[in-house]
Amino acid sequence: MTGSSRSAIEAVGVTRVYELDGVSVHALRGVSLSVAVGDFLAIVGPSGSGKSTLMHVMGGLDRATSGRLVIGGRDVAGLRPPEMARLRNETIGFVFQAFHLLPRTSAVDNVALPLVYRGLNARTRRARATEMLERVGLSHRLRHRPSQLSGGEQQRVAIARALVTSPSVLLADEPTGNLDTVTGQAVLALLQSLNESVGVAVVLVTHDRDVAARAHRQIVMRDGMIVPTTEGTGSAIVESAPSGAPGPSADDGPWRPIPHSGSPP
Amino acid sequence: MRLAEAWRVAFDSLRTNRLRSGLTMLGVVIGVAAVVVLVAIGTGAKREVERQVEGLGSNLLIVVPGRVDFGSAPAVSRLSLSDVDAVTRIVGDRSRVAVSVTSGETVRAGAAARFTSVLGVLETTPSVFVRALSRGAYLTRSDVDTGRRVAVLGSAVARSLFGERDPIGQQVSIAGVRFRVVGVFAPLGQSLGVNRDDEVHIPVTTAHRLFGTQRVDGIAVKAPDRGQISQLGARIVDELSSRHPDTEFSAVTQEQILGVLGDILGVLTGVLAAIAGISLLVGGVGVSNIMLVSVHERTREIGLRKAVGARPRDIGVQFLLEAVLLTTLGGTTGMALGVGGALLVAALSPVPAAVTWWSLTLAFGVSAAVGIVFGVVPAQRAGRLDPVEALRSE
Repeated sequence: MTGSSRSAIEAVGVTRVYELDGVSVHALRGVSLSVAVGDFLAIVGPSGSGKSTLMHVMGGLDRATSGRLVIGGRDVAGLRPPEMARLRNETIGFVFQAFHLLPRTSAVDNVALPLVYRGLNARTRRARATEMLERVGLSHRLRHRPSQLSGGEQQRVAIARALVTSPSVLLADEPTGNLDTVTGQAVLALLQSLNESVGVAVVLVTHDRDVAARAHRQIVMRDGMIVPTTEGTGSAIVESAPSGAPGPSADDGPWRPIPHSGSPP
Repeated sequence: MRLAEAWRVAFDSLRTNRLRSGLTMLGVVIGVAAVVVLVAIGTGAKREVERQVEGLGSNLLIVVPGRVDFGSAPAVSRLSLSDVDAVTRIVGDRSRVAVSVTSGETVRAGAAARFTSVLGVLETTPSVFVRALSRGAYLTRSDVDTGRRVAVLGSAVARSLFGERDPIGQQVSIAGVRFRVVGVFAPLGQSLGVNRDDEVHIPVTTAHRLFGTQRVDGIAVKAPDRGQISQLGARIVDELSSRHPDTEFSAVTQEQILGVLGDILGVLTGVLAAIAGISLLVGGVGVSNIMLVSVHERTREIGLRKAVGARPRDIGVQFLLEAVLLTTLGGTTGMALGVGGALLVAALSPVPAAVTWWSLTLAFGVSAAVGIVFGVVPAQRAGRLDPVEALRSE
């Protein structure tokens, strides 16, 4: 495990309980996890396993019911909503399955959106957003609206938006979920290269084993808990080969009942 | 988020939903325009009445029997010419005292006839009231003293009896008695609902014989200056009361008439403004409704903005500004329409609509306030949305 001093996000015994029509739903039942600076981590598990909730909590979008959560060196327990908003703005970048780009807004203005809440002037915002779009290979699409972009391009705009604030962690919830395989691979490759070149820690939430295999390490979730794996004693980490081939433990994991159709190279 | 940026976002959002924004604004436009036009009509009416009352003459004091009060029946006059002499002694100047005794009579000239008000008056009428002649001369003191059968016609009477011919020196018959026309009044128009061009003046002494009475309906006194009006009024009332112990007398000044009429018209203007205000309120409810729809529609956008660092306040301000922008744009349009409508009313109808600054300021202020008041709830709702749920919504 990486030491806490080098952690971008540190969660200890985090729980999240929803009240749904008077019934308590335990989405997270005590998750401890550390995301190191420059980490590339995949959180895998079936739907309903709590992986999205974990991502929301780690990103400061949702609040833990109990447990300790430190984001960017700050314990979020005492933070009020405006402070949480600022923390998200400064340290976290989100990438969503549905892209969540503002319609009727150009790519460059979509990317510049997080900088609006930093109070930067329009020229600076646009300059940084343009630079970021160039970085994701969309310098020729600055003025295009989301409806004029392909799915892969939209997700790259979303990635540029997530990174324009130079966050320490990028949280991606099923970033390839709405994309075809080839486009998805390209987006993953982009995340990978950004992880290496910019040094931003990437947390990939997915139920796709192939996608997870791209990460340096994998965490398997089930029923709101991290599943201890056969490898690593007591550790919830699945080390996978940097080549992207899934480890044997992941294959045997109970979280993916659908047979794997493609074979790794 | 900077305020300028928030304005831009609000404006963009209105622009992307042009039709909806326009229809929402329409409620405010109509409300504000209605306030401006109706207040203009009320104010115009009030000014017109003031102008007419002041147009009667200045420093006037009207003495009538009975109590001048709403709801009380006019008293039967017991005033006679000897009372007028007593009042003249108090005033000390005959030219400042006017009287009238009025009767509705048919006036004929040849085949033409007209039913009109015939006033028995003193020769002092033009020196007390503002009455200009277009032809001939007014009655003289000797006309009054000797009870001559001479008449001064109102311009409407003269026109209907003589057309374009000159009536001076012509004969007319009033209640079957022949009179000679000595003068014609210049047109004066309506005054307090009475067409003052539709009357005929004859000497009061002649009128007494004609009408078979010795009474006068009322006495008008022109005070030498404003400061003496009330004191003079009290002395006259005292004198008349001692001469007629069983009758009450009242002295009414122009200011009192103006005060009463002003109060009535002020209430009328207020009622009009209130009715218009209700439509403005309804417009505000429309704004609130649309803002709630807008918040609901853009839930995902709100979630996304929060995810990238918007504080609850940023979101709230964005939606509040949108509501305020809707109502102020609507308010400005409504003001322009209202001013245009008031000018149109003034030009095309006898109602003298007068646009006042206070009504413009009020209407604009109210519309902006409506935006704030009716925008707050949707804005707060937007600001408090849970980002996770907001992002999940469809």
